[in-house]
Amino acid sequence: MLAGVCIAPAWADSSVQPRQALPLYQQECAACHMAYQPGFLPAKSWVRIMGGLDKHYGSDASLDAATVQQISRWLQLEAGTYKRVAEAPPEDRITRSTWFVSKHRKLDPQVWKHTSVKSAANCAACHTGADQGNFDDDAVKLPAGVRRRP
Amino acid sequence: MLNFIRKSMSLLLACAVFFGAQALAADTSPAQQLSQWSTAAGKPGSAAQGQVFFNSKQGGQWSCASCHGTPPTGDGKHASTGKAIKPLAPAFNPQVFTDSARVDKWFRRNCKDVLSRECSAAEKADVMAYLISLKL
Repeated sequence: MLAGVCIAPAWADSSVQPRQALPLYQQECAACHMAYQPGFLPAKSWVRIMGGLDKHYGSDASLDAATVQQISRWLQLEAGTYKRVAEAPPEDRITRSTWFVSKHRKLDPQVWKHTSVKSAANCAACHTGADQGNFDDDAVKLPAGVRRRP
Repeated sequence: MLNFIRKSMSLLLACAVFFGAQALAADTSPAQQLSQWSTAAGKPGSAAQGQVFFNSKQGGQWSCASCHGTPPTGDGKHASTGKAIKPLAPAFNPQVFTDSARVDKWFRRNCKDVLSRECSAAEKADVMAYLISLKL
């Protein structure tokens, strides 16, 4: 148990999970996709995302002003400050972050097209503990037929 | 261990708050929605037209059915994220169309995704008539 904690990558579950949950974030954002941990993006990415919800990665995700303000305030408090997320990734997409691409480099690119995955944004398709902030390799279960490259 | 207990407690609390916040306002019903939009349109909603509308791409990438499935009596699947969506037909999901703020929010956003504009009262009345017509 202790060894597991010590050799866990720099992003152990305790650091990726927000300090304080915001039920409103779950309710509004997780209606369409996983409640991505705010720590996966820098504060400036969240500002842009919350400022453009009417054109949100191909969908209208607009919310009333009060809800936007409440979620934005929380995202600013919980945004990533770790070195890895200092730079805003292209299009403010977690999946285009350098660390994300590197972490998934050994996967067959076809994995993202798999029917049970659909897109790289669907963390929980393989990371069974994604909702709880557990992205450890031990908690990864690849869909049937998908394998890592040697 | 203490940390684990503390984390579990905060998770429990978060869940309690989460489900509390999910409680619906219950200020409308599918039948009320149908009657409201039919009145606004000046004609009763048509289930047959609603079905066609629901299943048609309106010049864009998606139809209503792209995410809600067809017929929308079982779980749908978000067309881009794959996230499960609860059944849209009221007979299969008693919570749906019971909170007017939620209904308005989703009609507004999803109509824009499908039609690049908001839906008319007549279109909403037709869709409501279609959804209500789907029985167990």
